[in-house]
Amino acid sequence: MTTKPSLFAQYRSGARFRLRMEPRLEQPGWLGLIVSLGAVTFALVLGGIVLMLVGGDPIRAYAFMAKAAFGGIGVFSDTLVKATPLILVSLAAVVAFRMRLWNIGAEGQFYLGAFGASLVVLTPLLPPETSPWLMIPAMMVMGMLAGALWGFIPGYLKAKYNVNEIISTLMMNYIAVAWNNYFIFDVWSEGGFQMSRQFPKTAWLPRLTDYAAQVPMFRGLTIHLGFVIALIAAGVVWWIMYRSRWGYEIRLIGDNPRAARYAGINIVRNTILVMMLSGALAGLGGMLEISGVVHRLQGAISSGYGFTGIIIAWLAKLNPILVVPISILFGGLLLAGREIQPSGIPMLIQGIILVCLIGSDFLFRNRIRLVQIGQEA
Amino acid sequence: MDDHLNVVELRGITKQFPGVLANDQVDFTLRSGEIHALLGENGAGKSTLVNILTGLYRPDEGTIRVDGEVVDLRSPRDAINYGIGMVHQHFMLVPTQTVTENILLGLDEPRFNMNLSHYDQIITDLGEQYGLQVDPRARIWQLSVGEQQRVEILKMLYRGAKVLIMDEPTAVLAPQEIKELFATLRSMIAEGKSIIFISHKLDEVMAIADRITVLRKGKLSAEGLLTKEMTKQDLAREMVGRDVLFRLNKVEQTPGNTVLAVEGLKALNNKGLQALRGLSLHVAAGEIVGVAGVAGNGQTELAEAITGLRPISEGKVVVHGQVLIEGGMSGQRRSRHVRQVIDAGVSHVPEDRTHVGTAPNLSITDNLIMKGYRQPPIARGWSIDSISANTRAESLREDYDIIVPTIDTPARLLSGGNLQRLILAREISCEPKLMIAMQPTRGLDVGAIESVQRLLLQQRENGAAILLISEELEELISLSDRIYVIYEGEIMGEVMESDPETLGLMMTGTRQEDLVETRKVSQ
Repeated sequence: MTTKPSLFAQYRSGARFRLRMEPRLEQPGWLGLIVSLGAVTFALVLGGIVLMLVGGDPIRAYAFMAKAAFGGIGVFSDTLVKATPLILVSLAAVVAFRMRLWNIGAEGQFYLGAFGASLVVLTPLLPPETSPWLMIPAMMVMGMLAGALWGFIPGYLKAKYNVNEIISTLMMNYIAVAWNNYFIFDVWSEGGFQMSRQFPKTAWLPRLTDYAAQVPMFRGLTIHLGFVIALIAAGVVWWIMYRSRWGYEIRLIGDNPRAARYAGINIVRNTILVMMLSGALAGLGGMLEISGVVHRLQGAISSGYGFTGIIIAWLAKLNPILVVPISILFGGLLLAGREIQPSGIPMLIQGIILVCLIGSDFLFRNRIRLVQIGQEA
Repeated sequence: MDDHLNVVELRGITKQFPGVLANDQVDFTLRSGEIHALLGENGAGKSTLVNILTGLYRPDEGTIRVDGEVVDLRSPRDAINYGIGMVHQHFMLVPTQTVTENILLGLDEPRFNMNLSHYDQIITDLGEQYGLQVDPRARIWQLSVGEQQRVEILKMLYRGAKVLIMDEPTAVLAPQEIKELFATLRSMIAEGKSIIFISHKLDEVMAIADRITVLRKGKLSAEGLLTKEMTKQDLAREMVGRDVLFRLNKVEQTPGNTVLAVEGLKALNNKGLQALRGLSLHVAAGEIVGVAGVAGNGQTELAEAITGLRPISEGKVVVHGQVLIEGGMSGQRRSRHVRQVIDAGVSHVPEDRTHVGTAPNLSITDNLIMKGYRQPPIARGWSIDSISANTRAESLREDYDIIVPTIDTPARLLSGGNLQRLILAREISCEPKLMIAMQPTRGLDVGAIESVQRLLLQQRENGAAILLISEELEELISLSDRIYVIYEGEIMGEVMESDPETLGLMMTGTRQEDLVETRKVSQ
């Protein structure tokens, strides 16, 4: 650097180094992709070490997991089935988080959505012989309304009385599960089992395998119309966020509520509406799951989808379109978890990937330089 | 010992931050017993230089000498051990504790048993020695801003500072308090201290400094100029690198109809205390009306009340004969009042550019459509026409000289002057009938101030009514057609042509009527 005699000359002969971190001034688009890919690679290496420690062959294990999730049209169809509810709960989180409303109640809203859809079939609001053209939309509407209601309550409390939505939405998850349990254990219980009777076919979302008679290669493909609905929902959420006046208000409130107030935006009303939209999306997820996969109301319809959705929303950097591929990846991991023994391993790898991805955000925002001691800036 | 002993000597200081060369081979010499002003625009590197001198940053290159010895300053504690103390622009005091407690904070002595009365006496004596009277037993929140500043200075003197760095010390003071501060600084010099005085206000520097060093864009522009040989014009040229017009051309014009009438406004501040006590004023088309006052006398609340952001308990705000805000309106529908005010053609340049005026992570475009996204052509039904939004953003960027790579750049990457031009672009482009401008040039450098003031005068010529709330007397006097003086939520009086002296007296609570009285008596 300099040849002038310096105060720090004494250190120079020793050439000691240290790491220094400084914030990046620019964050080019490609950087996010590279950092994320790097983090996943790092996580897979870490996971591989764990696999070796328990006596496994990491390469074979990974190959098996990849095959179990993406190795053929059949399993890929199953992966997409898993991804469907994930996309919707993640969108629910994206919408709320954009406004810095920490709705962690997507799980409960998902359950309530399933309950709302079941009301149509099991009460029954519509007779079983109703045309699917009416039955399915009715179930969707009821599912979304029930989810929206479950979002409205904490939204209203937050907007009017400043009740912390993290606590209220978390608590409402337990109420939702207990509520559903009451119905499947008692009101709608089928012969004492903890599940309702199976829905009539008119309440089933069409699957590819249903058309196996006409197209033989569809045989066994369980992917249902819900996946398409989820893709449409992602598109709609994107449009709302980036092309509508409402979405502009949401983004402005989320980034700077004081600026939003200054621009004359109604924060109270938007808080309630956004919580309702978030709840409705999660509720739609619940409806699609029971109408497309389970075909009845039962316990354990979600394996923590609501919480996985929070993570996916975060990894997608609250981008509704990015939610789709990430949900598919997570769907694959869920599926591989079912296929592999012991099934704890994919969960473990999923956890490592998450921690690495979240940690990598630091590298995205900062850069690390190696500097010689004494010359540090 | 010779008279010109150098207490502090910085040689070839270079400091690189990511993307910015904050200091580039800067030299600075502080002689014993002088007040040496460090002058420069925002971002010229003044703060970096003194942060190096107080041990907060370490230079990439260069040497620091204190009393002729090369020193290695690693922390503010090192700096104070060498007798270098800094009085920050924003005070670092604990409001609920007493003056003595604040001064002793962080020191090794006293230990467990505080024996405060003993230290109270020491601090009283120290204060008397330097003309810094302040009650050692008073709690900080009970003190005026000027007194709090004295506590900060005492804190450094108590720690044995012989070099005091004053970072923009006058920014928060009223004219009279500035006089007192200057007297204090002189008495400290007489007691053998040396002072580095950081400022971007030319008048003050001319008034107090013995010598002046000017920084421009991280480089030394002029070192150790003797104040008595300099003019304001010379200094401005050194700071900006070109000639600066101090008096902008103000066209003579007669004001039109009354646009804004504020009647008997009463409102509370955020702490629930009465901030506005029945305040009335009016502004006509084609005139700039100034509101002068020391910070915290209700200016913020006034701007917020007029724009509908703050509920008022009594009074009303009338724009073009239409009552927009009235006392006792429900607070539930606040956002609707704000929208009504915006729709009535009132624009608002808020005091706080970063926390109120803009959204940091949204793009330039999104920030520019903040007020206009509800109207066509940007609004198209429920959606936002992104093409016309971008077109508008591009043309505003051209017209208002907002320097950004693209209109998709997030607003947080803009400098202060650019951010203010963005806000002005947004607030002026909607062709307002009335403009509430709060501190529009605060913290901007000379060049940017000139461009902002030019924009305000242009609005005046276009027939807009402008209420200019500012703490800069110079600016108020040169831009305004009339000036109201606000003190503790009341208008002390209204003056047409004025001198800082009269305004200063009114700003500290003398009513205009009484002012005339005292004059008569003295004659």
